[in-house]
Formats: sequence, structure tokens, C-alpha cells
Amino acid sequence: MTAQASVLYDAPGPKARQRSILISIIGIVAIALLLGWVILRLAQPQIAVNGNETPGMFDPSRWDIWTYTGVWATIGNGVIATLQAAVIAIVGALIVGMLFAFGRLADTAWIRVPVTVILEFFRGMPVLLMMLFILLVASTSSFWAVVLALTIYNGAIIGEALRAGIVSLNKGQREAGLSIGLSVTRTRLLIEFPQAFTQMLPIIIAQSVVLLKDTSLGYIVAYAELASQVKNIGAFFGNRYMFSGWVVAVVIYLAINLTVSWIGRRTARVVAAKKA
Amino acid sequence: MQVLLDNFGSILDGFLMTLLLLVCGGLGAIVIGLITATMRISPVASLRAFATGYTELIRNIPLVMVFIFMVFVLPLIAPNKPPYVVLAMIALAVYTSPFVAEALRSGINGVPVGQAEAARSVGLTFGQTLTIIVLPQALRMVVPPLINVFIALTKNTSVAGGFFIVELFATARALTNSHGNAVISILIGIAICYLVITVPLGLIAGRIEKKVRVLR
Repeated sequence: MTAQASVLYDAPGPKARQRSILISIIGIVAIALLLGWVILRLAQPQIAVNGNETPGMFDPSRWDIWTYTGVWATIGNGVIATLQAAVIAIVGALIVGMLFAFGRLADTAWIRVPVTVILEFFRGMPVLLMMLFILLVASTSSFWAVVLALTIYNGAIIGEALRAGIVSLNKGQREAGLSIGLSVTRTRLLIEFPQAFTQMLPIIIAQSVVLLKDTSLGYIVAYAELASQVKNIGAFFGNRYMFSGWVVAVVIYLAINLTVSWIGRRTARVVAAKKA
Repeated sequence: MQVLLDNFGSILDGFLMTLLLLVCGGLGAIVIGLITATMRISPVASLRAFATGYTELIRNIPLVMVFIFMVFVLPLIAPNKPPYVVLAMIALAVYTSPFVAEALRSGINGVPVGQAEAARSVGLTFGQTLTIIVLPQALRMVVPPLINVFIALTKNTSVAGGFFIVELFATARALTNSHGNAVISILIGIAICYLVITVPLGLIAGRIEKKVRVLR
């Protein structure tokens, strides 16, 4: 990765390095100017079509609610609700994924074919529609609509990943299990599944980030998670707090998701190192 | 079943809106993704860093938050805002662009170094190496993951239904509100509308993957 990071260009010589530095400086200046312009634009007072003037985005009057602990408590509740839904859904998705993977690998066509059809159905429709479905058909609370929809949808995706992991295993693993007298099921559970799981762990963690992000769909089915709470704050204290609320929520989402992504990358390295 | 037939017109409208969001959002995502991917594989470090930052940032923000920004926050910044449909297209394009960029980049980086080395060693120029050797191989590898990105985008268009856009999801919600006794058939009907888009795309992806795979 040092000299030959890409197939497209040679390791840069002195001339190319100089040019690269020059473009870098121009690039950084251009990006800084762009960001500066956006910030300046945000900071300016806003003039609406009807001539009303509202203060700029960094005006204290758009940020003063953040000194109230009550507002932070609302946001905190939102974060807890988001994490709650995500954690339960991840655990559920793992279990459902395992069932899907084993179902699709079953020897009898009576199990394999229906599971495949159901899995393709769940994979092809939007999570949001599934939430609405559960909300209306099972008439549950919006919490369970969010959790169940995320569980089934991500279960289908994790199931495919686990299946790919099991299929890619060396055939000898299964043969060895059967030859020492384990049943087919025990071979799968004790020998094939653990290996597939460790191998697919990075993918599963990456999928957890997707799941975490998708909890924000609770905004649309009225589950009081982080995104909804920002809307509630905007509705309660006035629209002018929409911007600061949005900034706070995005920062929280980024903090959580980047942490999970980082754990995923680390796990991928560890798994790769173990394999080597 | 009767409900679906009676409201065929509105379901068709919703379906067409979903398709419109998919096509426009997808094209926008390709444009932004292409620029990001080019920056990410360029020899200039600062452009690479900027593209990496953009990718990481957008990829870790939920689509709903992008929509909230476009629909509620942007009007606070820009007084004369475009119609909601355009805002939704921009939101979908921006949200999808890092995934497109990653697919493109992994395709180009997936071409073994030896291919470019061999091309250069037989005397091809940089342009020839790129257009004759690297890109044809890269594009074949890129198409299936790119189609997967568009399948995800198809499903993501449903979020627009929560933000004043009447597409399939919003149609489903409206129909279930007015016909409470036929909820299951409505939702299955709408789900099939999505499957009509996603399943063929998936099949095409599988076909292309088998057909144009570069054997190594």
C-alpha cells in the first residue's frame, strides 16, 4: 500500500509530487472557501419571500434552548429509544438470519423452497412498508413495528451472508464432522456455523450500522426515537430550532455510527489476521 | 383485491412517482458518485482525503436526517426552495452517492496491479492502459454491486413518502386509512409493485455477474 496504492498511476516522482502538492494546496483552499461561504451564508439573517427577517443559523436565539436540561433529557430519551430498538433488532436479526440460512441450506425441498421465496420477498420490499404492515396487521405499538420490521429485513440480509459463509467453507470441514459421527444438524451447528459466523462478523457489524440508521424510520411511523424527538423539539419550541436540533442529532448519529463502523473495521482486521 | 382494482389509478401514479424518484435520484447519485470516486483514486492526497471524508460522513447519516435537512432545514437557509419532489431527488442522490462511489472505486482497485503493469510494459500509454485494459475489467466488476445499490435506492424511495411525496408508500398509507378492512391485500399489492422493480434488477445483476465475470 505504500508506493503502489493504485493501478492507475506510478509511484510519484519529484515532479509529480510537486504538482500533487500544488493541486493539494489549491484543493484545500477551494474547499475552505466553499465551507467558509456556506458558513457565512448560514450565519446571515434570513429574509423570507414576504420580507420577514429571521436571525441567522448561528444566532443565539436559534441555540438558546440547548441550555435547558429538559431539552437534553428529551434528546437523551431519543438516543435511548434508538439504541433500544437497534440492540433488540440486531439480536433478533441474528436469530432470524440463522434460521433463514439453515432453512435455505436444508436438504429437503419442502423447507428450502418456501424459505427462499419468503426471504426474497422480505429482501425486496422496503423496511418502511414492513413497519406499516406490522403496525396495521398486528396492531402493535410503533416500537414493536420498528423492531420487528428491522429484525425480519436485516435477518434476511444477515441470513444470506451466513449462508454465503457456510457455502464458502472448505468441504472437508463438513466431512470431518460427519465422519466423527456427528449428525448433520450438529455438524452444522458445532462446526460450520461458528466458522461462518466469525468470517462474516465484519459484514454483520456493517449491517448493524445500516440497522442503526434505519431505526430513524421510526420518525415516519411515530416511534419516539432520536429523529422524532428533534421534530418534537421543533414543534414544541418553534421551527427556528429545527436547524440546531438537526445539527445535534446528526452529530449524535455520526458519533454512534462511526464508533460501530470503527469496531467493524477492527474486527475485519482481526478476522483477516486470524485467517492468515 | 377489489380495493386494488378500484384504486388502480392512484397505485399506478404512486408507482410512476417511485420510478421517477429512482431514475432521477439514481442519475444524480451516479454523477456525484463518479466525481467522488475519481477524487478518491486520484494521485492528489488532499482530494483523496476530502472524498474519503465526504463518503464517511454521508454514509453514517440516516436517510431520514438527510430528508429532514432537505425538507425542513434547507427552507430556513434558502428562502425560495424548489418543490418537494426535487428536494427528495436531491436527498436520495446525496444519500446514495457514497455507495455508488465505493462500488466504482472497488471495481477499479479490484483490477490486479499486474494488468496495468503488463499494459505499460508493452508500451501502452496511460490513456490506452486506462481505456483498453483497466476500465473494461473494472466496469464488468462494477455493474453487479452498482445494481445492488440501485435496488437499495428503490427501497429507500419509500422514505420520501414520509415527507409530502405521494409515491407507493404514501399511496399504501392513504389506502389503508380509507379501507381499513382490506389492509393485507393493499400492503401485499404495494409490496409486489416494489418487487416488480427490485426482483428483475437482482436477476439482471446475477446474469451480468455470471456472463461478464473476468476469469482469473
